Amino acid sequence: MSTRLATGGRLLNTAKPLNFTFNGKQLRGYEGDTLASALLANDQMLMGRSFKYHRPRGVVAAGPEEPNALVNLGSEGRFEPNQRVTTTELFDGLEAASQNHWPSLEFDVGAINTHLSRFLPAGFYYKMFMYPRSFWKHVYEPFIRHSAGLGKAPKARDADTYEHFHAFCDVLIVGGGVAGLEAARTAGRSGARVLLLEQTNHFGGRAPVDGGTVDGKPVDKFVEEILAELSEMENVQLRLRTMGAGVYDHGYVLGYEQLTDHVPENAGPRHRLWRIRAGHVITATGAIERPLSFAGNDIPGVMLAGAMRDYLVNFGVSVGDRTVLVTNNDNAYLTAIALKHAGLDVPAILDARVLPQDSELVAQARALGIRILMGHAISAVKGGKRVTGIAICSQAGEGAVLEEIACDAVAMSGGWSPVVHLWSHCGGKLRWDSKRACFSPDVDNPPKGADGVGFVTTAGAASGMFPLDDVLHDAHAAADGVMTTLGFKLPRDISPPNAARREEAPMAPVWMMPHGAGAKLREKTWLDYQNDVKVSDVRLAAQEGFVSVEHAKRYTTLGMATDQGKLSNINGLATLAGALDAEIPTVGTTTFRPPYHPISMGAIGGGARGATFQPLRRTPMHDWHDANGAIWEPVGQWRRTYAYTRGLESTHDAVMREVKNVRENLGLLDASTLGKIIVKGPDAGRFLDMLYTNMMSTLKPGKCRYGLMCNENGFLIDDGVVARIDEDTWLCHTTTGGAESIHAHMEEWLQTEWWDWQVYVANVTEQYAQIAVVGPNARQALERLGGMDVSKETLGFMDWADGTLGGFNCRVYRISFSGELSYEIAVDASHGQALWDALMAVGADLGVMPYGTEALHILRAEKGFIMIGDESDGTVIPQDLGLSWAISKKKDDYLGKRAQARSHMADPERWQLVGLETTDGSTLPDGAYAVGEGTNDNGQRNTVGRVTSTYHSPNLGKGIAMGLVHHGPDRMGEVLSFPGVDGKVYEARIVDPVFYDKDGEKQNV
Amino acid sequence: MLTIHCPCCGVTAEETEFHAHGEAHLKRFGPGSSEDEFEGYLFMRKNPKGVHFERWRHQYGCGKWFHVARCTMTLEVFGSYSAQTTEPPQEIMDIIHDRRPDTAAGPAR
Amino acid sequence: MSDPVSALKNIFDDTGLVRVSEIGPIGMVTLRGDLSDKVLGKAAVAAGGVNLPEQGQCNTEGSQGIAWMSSDELLIMCPYADVHARLADLQEKLAGSHALAVNVSDARAVFDITGDHLREVIAKLAPVDMHPDQFNGTMFRRTRFAQVPAAFWMPDGRSARIVCFRSVAQYMFDLLKDAAMPGSEVRHYA
Repeated sequence: MSTRLATGGRLLNTAKPLNFTFNGKQLRGYEGDTLASALLANDQMLMGRSFKYHRPRGVVAAGPEEPNALVNLGSEGRFEPNQRVTTTELFDGLEAASQNHWPSLEFDVGAINTHLSRFLPAGFYYKMFMYPRSFWKHVYEPFIRHSAGLGKAPKARDADTYEHFHAFCDVLIVGGGVAGLEAARTAGRSGARVLLLEQTNHFGGRAPVDGGTVDGKPVDKFVEEILAELSEMENVQLRLRTMGAGVYDHGYVLGYEQLTDHVPENAGPRHRLWRIRAGHVITATGAIERPLSFAGNDIPGVMLAGAMRDYLVNFGVSVGDRTVLVTNNDNAYLTAIALKHAGLDVPAILDARVLPQDSELVAQARALGIRILMGHAISAVKGGKRVTGIAICSQAGEGAVLEEIACDAVAMSGGWSPVVHLWSHCGGKLRWDSKRACFSPDVDNPPKGADGVGFVTTAGAASGMFPLDDVLHDAHAAADGVMTTLGFKLPRDISPPNAARREEAPMAPVWMMPHGAGAKLREKTWLDYQNDVKVSDVRLAAQEGFVSVEHAKRYTTLGMATDQGKLSNINGLATLAGALDAEIPTVGTTTFRPPYHPISMGAIGGGARGATFQPLRRTPMHDWHDANGAIWEPVGQWRRTYAYTRGLESTHDAVMREVKNVRENLGLLDASTLGKIIVKGPDAGRFLDMLYTNMMSTLKPGKCRYGLMCNENGFLIDDGVVARIDEDTWLCHTTTGGAESIHAHMEEWLQTEWWDWQVYVANVTEQYAQIAVVGPNARQALERLGGMDVSKETLGFMDWADGTLGGFNCRVYRISFSGELSYEIAVDASHGQALWDALMAVGADLGVMPYGTEALHILRAEKGFIMIGDESDGTVIPQDLGLSWAISKKKDDYLGKRAQARSHMADPERWQLVGLETTDGSTLPDGAYAVGEGTNDNGQRNTVGRVTSTYHSPNLGKGIAMGLVHHGPDRMGEVLSFPGVDGKVYEARIVDPVFYDKDGEKQNV
Repeated sequence: MLTIHCPCCGVTAEETEFHAHGEAHLKRFGPGSSEDEFEGYLFMRKNPKGVHFERWRHQYGCGKWFHVARCTMTLEVFGSYSAQTTEPPQEIMDIIHDRRPDTAAGPAR
Repeated sequence: MSDPVSALKNIFDDTGLVRVSEIGPIGMVTLRGDLSDKVLGKAAVAAGGVNLPEQGQCNTEGSQGIAWMSSDELLIMCPYADVHARLADLQEKLAGSHALAVNVSDARAVFDITGDHLREVIAKLAPVDMHPDQFNGTMFRRTRFAQVPAAFWMPDGRSARIVCFRSVAQYMFDLLKDAAMPGSEVRHYA
């Protein structure tokens, strides 16, 4: 059984016990524990079930590479699935629950799959669920949905907050092990800004676990001293619990800081996403040990040798009482030696190698009385939910059992692979290191930055340097080289620390154990624990033609999901190479993509949630609208009032009331969101003549003109009223959505095409609150405010004037988008609410009512006025909309003119704007298509037109609509059929689009 | 995410402050141009694998347009320069020829 | 004329790492023209009450100042009550020049943030290096705060002024308040 030892545990604070639960069971650990070490200390080896076969699984690693031990953490607003126990710090009150099983972890019905594994080979889904087709929807998909997926999706709203932080440094060091610390010290001495990120809660990495001495001192002491030195350097920042998650273009790096996961009671954000821009990145990310491929290597109790050492040394946890070590390298002997020193039994070491003579560590193990079997291997592990023993065979053979040994744990080591993810994220290449049997960074092909020069350097074990002395020298040299490249001066008298060297025998690559394992053993030999991919699956994939490593990955699911194959990839592609009889480097690796380790969605979103999810733009009268029944409508980021409801009135009724009131009495519209752009300069008229389809240069000061804007494709992009302010100044109104884009459009042409034209533009949209005062009583209301002459004679239709109204300095435009007598009053935004209040007061007995955007739409539709975004959709030209009158024939050029001369644009077959009136007074469905004779090649009815705007008009008492119809203007009176999605067919007659006050008398009074 | 230098205000900042606007040094063809000329102007883009001349705007900064010479493969940036020019300045071309000796790069159409 | 009302009626929050307050309204004039032109320079100095700033800088003195917005644009600041007079004077002086001067006082919201952690609060929202060696003195930076354009400067070592569009004042206030949440200290510039 696994248990806590009486002594040991360099990271533990045994003075501080912590209570936590696993599947509801009360357990106890200590401050400094990970959830993994605390579970092991409580003999909880079984931690989860595998994805496909629901096999019992225990923890196999001690770090982020852990594939098995994923749990659901927390509850309610803090529930999170797929959390690795090995990277979860223990805290008082932690709640964990195992996942991927039913009804319980101990007894899982899904485990039946393991007996069906013969029928669930690689590519099973693709093969099995093809036929019969009808089974997909009702049988296969529900079955897959029920059984697939890791963990449960959270249901409650996340109770925590998150944030981003933009950081900049000369050198970013990822990894706070001895290599990272040595690199930070070297870089720090140059005076450069250094930021070091360490993913765990402590510095030093695994070097203190593996022991040895640096400059004659124990590694722990060396770490302590270097940290003291770094803390004195103001230019060096160290961050614990912060993972370097991804390396991106031009030195951009994402860091993932876990602030309160281990102290949930603390105030502040849970995670912080560091958006770092680094001059250079040094990855000191260490190495990950590889499993060995032997039958039963997934049974709980089989663990990486280094992980077992970590649990023993860091947490005082023994994984088993009797541990067999199986290895192909010297390094793993450290585990056997450490276990023996802790008073635990190591019945045998199985070394796949045959060494001519004992190396230093082999000799040490032998001296401790451990039985060492060279050239031997595990034929199979015995046990179900826990290792009970192993069968020994020769590595060279096919697995004939020579002997069985009872044991409750197996420590395995297939050698170490440098963590090259961050090196590779942005294009760093790898090369095969045959001596260490691993892919290591190809220093001649680093990821390149904005200047075309490499911006990532690896240090220590991440470079493929494993002995401590090599690690320290490599880290020192890496930082030294980087600082020189960046142009920093280093003190020349600094030399790297020296670690005591140990002579090691070379490792031997072992990709299958035993070498000649037959089909039966291969079917029980796991490569990818998380996705239940076995040696037999990869070989099958190769046999079926999935010879590219990227294809084999997807076919077998090797290296997918939350661990992305940190343990399995090298073994998997070595197996693929073996099956293809190819060299490992020619098979290559799959692509390393960020993040290195899963990060929370909350961190990615940062502060963008709730009120700050996206900016909402508010007009100066926003609060008034809100207090007066506004139903809000999003218009881009603006919030505009759709309608003002009164009491229990429905929104529709409110709209009808508002429309009628504008025609009969007086309406107020908040038109502040409409774009207002000042265009000024000697060439301003010429410029506007290019931007608008009609002539703006001839407009007289004091006058307004409606204009259309097209892009170079000829399509209509915006419209609005232009006012000429003085000889060289115009004010252009744009649509609400167009203010920023049209301003940018103007600047673009001025800056990139006509840069010699003397024109300045300024977007003054938000300077003004603009209120449309509309209806037969509009003039009377303004006269009551008093201060300027708003009579027909002085301020006629399409005139504007500056003046005062009720003491407000304002500009009054006599323009109308409703066909009524209408004034738009612009006042400085800081006075907008006061003017609105004044208008409401003087209008009280004139029947004043505010109206919203829907009433505005109906009023304009009654008049046949187009709306950008309704009648136009980016494929419509003004000529389609009967707006040829607004296209100057006199101008040689304007944006879109050439395009409108293209054959398709000038085609008389284009659909044209008409009015539509239902024969029964009902309202046409929005977007409905009119059908014509015959069918198209797909057997669908041919279409001859479509509805662009449709409303019920309370003034006319019937449905009115506008639409684009083939030869529309020539077909007045014809009735078209519009099948609705509701199954009904609507009949509508083609009519003039101006439904109300055809002669425009009302706006001219 | 790229780092871009704005030659108009001198700020070097991350890409999120900027907006890319496609190929630079297009020659406008208006009324009177042939169908081929107009098609080339409106639709035809080089889309090279390698050296590319692009229009960018410092959208959240000074608001100015400028040009960037950049490698679309490696994302290497050769330099930023004024938008008020019909061809890249000599110093930009020198940098490109220096770093990409094999490339006959140029915005010529 | 009514009393001018700023976007958030001078709301403030001092529960977090920095004190966030909406100030203003402040008089602001956008001046576009040839910044090397002597007439324009003199007129701007008269309107802003300070010397012309260098590229990327601003000069402020109490409630007035001038900020460099772009190669052909200055932002002139003054007390809100003075803006119409100063604008009229500026326009008169520039009558013979090709230049554009418009009142934008009401189009903006201005925030003051004060406190030890203000550099961190800004760095949470804007992609700008806020290290004291990198952002200091009279620097004036136009950038984005989360999803909206904004400009800021530090009139002194302990406070910063942030200008954004009036319509997004509430968003900016919420952003700053969130970024200053108690317990969210970064201590990156220690």
